[in-house]
Amino acid sequence: MEFALSEEQEILSDSVKKMLADNTDIDLLRNHSKGDEGIRESLRKLVVEMGLPGLLIPEEYGGSGLGVLEASLIAEEFGRYAVPTPWIGNSVMAPTALLFEKGNILSEKWLPLIASGEITACVALTEAVGKRSNAGLELKGSKVSGTSIFGIDGELNPRIIITVAGDDLILVDTKNPGVTISEIPTIDSTRPVVEIIFESVDAEIIPGGKKAIQKTIDVGRVLLAADIFGASSNMIDKAVEYSLERKQFNRTIGSFQAVKHMCAEMAADLEPCRSLLWYAAYAQDNISEEASLLSCHTKAHLSEVGQDIARVSTQVFGGMGFTDLLGIHYWFKRIGLNRQILGGPEKVRQEAAKIQGFLT
Amino acid sequence: MDLNAGPEYKSFREGVASFLNKNLHMAGKARTPLRPNKQELEWQKKLINNGYAARTIPKKYGGFGAESDVLKSRIIAEEFSQSSIPMGMANQGISMLVPTLLELGNDEQKVSWISKTISGEIIWCQGYSEPGSGSDLASLQTKAIDDGDDFVINGQKIWTSGAQISDMMFCLVRTEPDAPKHKGISYLLIDMKTPGIEVRPLMTMTGHAEFNEVFFTDVRVPKSQIVGKRGEGWYVANATLTHERGMLGDPNQSASRLKEIIDLMQEETVNGEKLINNPVYLDRLMRLQARVLSMSFNSLRLLTASHKKLDAKMAKLIVKLNGCQLNHDLAGFAIDLLGELGTIYGRSNHDHGSGKWQWKFMFDLGLIIGGGTAQIQKNIISEAGLGMPREPKPMLEGKK
Repeated sequence: MEFALSEEQEILSDSVKKMLADNTDIDLLRNHSKGDEGIRESLRKLVVEMGLPGLLIPEEYGGSGLGVLEASLIAEEFGRYAVPTPWIGNSVMAPTALLFEKGNILSEKWLPLIASGEITACVALTEAVGKRSNAGLELKGSKVSGTSIFGIDGELNPRIIITVAGDDLILVDTKNPGVTISEIPTIDSTRPVVEIIFESVDAEIIPGGKKAIQKTIDVGRVLLAADIFGASSNMIDKAVEYSLERKQFNRTIGSFQAVKHMCAEMAADLEPCRSLLWYAAYAQDNISEEASLLSCHTKAHLSEVGQDIARVSTQVFGGMGFTDLLGIHYWFKRIGLNRQILGGPEKVRQEAAKIQGFLT
Repeated sequence: MDLNAGPEYKSFREGVASFLNKNLHMAGKARTPLRPNKQELEWQKKLINNGYAARTIPKKYGGFGAESDVLKSRIIAEEFSQSSIPMGMANQGISMLVPTLLELGNDEQKVSWISKTISGEIIWCQGYSEPGSGSDLASLQTKAIDDGDDFVINGQKIWTSGAQISDMMFCLVRTEPDAPKHKGISYLLIDMKTPGIEVRPLMTMTGHAEFNEVFFTDVRVPKSQIVGKRGEGWYVANATLTHERGMLGDPNQSASRLKEIIDLMQEETVNGEKLINNPVYLDRLMRLQARVLSMSFNSLRLLTASHKKLDAKMAKLIVKLNGCQLNHDLAGFAIDLLGELGTIYGRSNHDHGSGKWQWKFMFDLGLIIGGGTAQIQKNIISEAGLGMPREPKPMLEGKK
C-alpha cells in the first residue's frame, strides 16, 4: 500500500505548475476579464505543446493513457493559477464519455483530434444533474433540438459538443447547421461557460447510456473539486504572504494571533481535502464501487471548505481584499462557480445518501 | 498511489485474523483506566508473545522485538477493531513513558521499568500540568530541592488521570529555580507510595472524576530517578508530548462513531418514520461522513509518510485539532438525533443510549482543551506549518 503521489506524478504536477507560473499573472487574468480573448488560445497552445489534452486518451489514439488522478493534479494547478483555458470538459470529461465503451466509432474519429489539440470539445451535462425550466434537449430520430446550459470548455469554437438527451449521451458535430453557442456571463471571468441552442441538428449517440453519463459526471465533479483545492490553496498562500508584509501597530499583521488563527483554521480545513481528493481520483480508475460516492463527497466537501477559505482569506487582506487592486476576487469567484457546476453541495450530498441506500 | 496490500501483508493479515479466531475466548473488555485483572494480564502477555502488543520494543526489555512496520501495526489495529477485541493495553506508561525511556533513559532505567510497564504489572500516571501552568507548561512551579542523594518535592499537579490506581508517576519538577524557565526542569520517576503524596479525585462536568489532583509535601525521591540530564526535563517531556498528540484525534474513533450513528438512525423512529429517511438529518450525516473520510485518508497518508520516514508536516500538525473537534461534532449530532431523549443522563425507561453520547460530548471538550488546547494547536499550525511568526517577546512577558 502506498498513499502518496509517485515520482512521475510529482514531476507532471511540477512541470504544469512551472509552465503556468512562467506564463500567467494577475494582469493576464485582468486582461482576459476585460475581453482579451486571444489569451485563451495562446494558453491553450502552451497546454497542447505539453501534450496535456491527450492525458487520459489511450496511446493508440495519440494520447498518453494516464488516469483521473493525474488529470486532477493538473486541474489543481489550473485552479491555483485560475487559468482561462479549457481543461475539465475538453481533456477530461469528453474523453471519459467517449471511452466508456471501448472501441466505438466515435472514439476512433474524435479522440485523436482532441489528443493532438486540433479541435476542442465542449461538455454540457447540467441537464442530467438538474434540469431548469428553460433548458433541456429532445432527440427525434437523429435530430436534437433544445437548449443546454453551463457547457464547459465551449469558448473556443468547439468542434464537438457532448451533452444529454433523455438517458443518452449524445455527440454533435458543430459543422452541422443549427448550433448556436454563446457565453453566459457568470461571476467567474476566468473560466467561461456557454449556452448551446440546437435547432434540429444531427446528433450521434455515444454508447453507454445512463452509466456513461454518471461516470462522466463523477469524473467531472472530482476535477471541479481539484480546481477548488488549487484555488483555495493559492488563496491561503497569498493571504499568509500578505500577512507577513502588511504592518499595523508596528507589527506584521501575521504576528497577531487573530490573523494566525484564521490562517491555521483554513489550513487545517484544507489539508485533509488533499487526501480525500487523491483517494476519490484514484477510485475513479481503480475502485469502481466507491467511485460515485467518493466523487459526491469530494465535490460537496471541497465546495464547503473552498467557500470558507474564499471568504476568510479575503478578510486577511482587509480592505485590499475587497478591492480589485490585488485581484484576489478572481479566485473567490472561480471557487463560487466550481461550487455550483454539476450540482451544488446539497444536491450532491443527497446523491451520496442515495448511493448508500439511505433516503429510500 | 497504490491501495492494494502486497502479498506479505495479505498473509500477515490472515495470521492476525486466525490468532484472534483461536483466542477469542481469552480476550477481555477494554476497561481502562481500571487496574488490569489477572485475565487481562494473561491476555497482554499472550499479545506480546505473538507480536500484537509491544511489537517493536526490544526483546531484552520484554517486548516482541520486531522491526518497525507501520503497515503491519495498522493491520493489527484493523483486525482487532473488526473483531471488536480490545488491542493490547493502552495507558500513559505504555504510550508515553516507554518511548521516552527507549529514547532517553539509561540502561538501568530501561531494564527496571520497560518490561514491567508493557506487561501491565506497573501502572503510571503523568505529572505535567499544574493549576498555574497549563498552556504555559514550562512555567511549572513544583519544587525539587537538592538534599544529598535525594530531591525533596513540594507542589501540586492537576489533570492526573489514573493517579488513584498508579504505582508510579513520570513527573516534571523544577530543580534549578534560578535558570530560565525551560532550562530549570527535570523529568523524575516517582513512586506513588512515597510518604507525602496525596491523591484527590477531580470531579468534572461529566459528573465523574476522570482526573485527579496530586499534592506533594516533602516527598523524597532519589536523584537516580531522573530521566535524561538534570535541567533538561523540558526536552525529555517534549519527546513524549509528540506521542500524546498522536493519540488524540484518532480517526478510527471517528469512523466507529459514525458507524454507530448510522445504526442509530436506522433503528430510531420519530412519528413512525426512521431517522435515516429524514433528508435534513441525512444532509448533516453526509457532511460528517465527508469529514470522517478526509481524516481517515489523511491518516493513510501519514502512514505512508511514516513508512518512508518522511516528515508529513501539515498533514500531521492538524490531526489533534481536527480529530477532537470532529469527534465532538459526531457526539453532538447523535444527541440531536435523539432529541429530548438525548438529554437523558441516568437510568430511565426512556433511555435510548444518550448517556454515552452526552458523556462523550462533554469529555471531548476536555480533549479539545487538554493535550495542547485548540488555540495552542492553531499557534503550532500557523508557526510550524505556515511559517508565521511567534507572538513578539514583549507581549509574551506582558511588558509595554
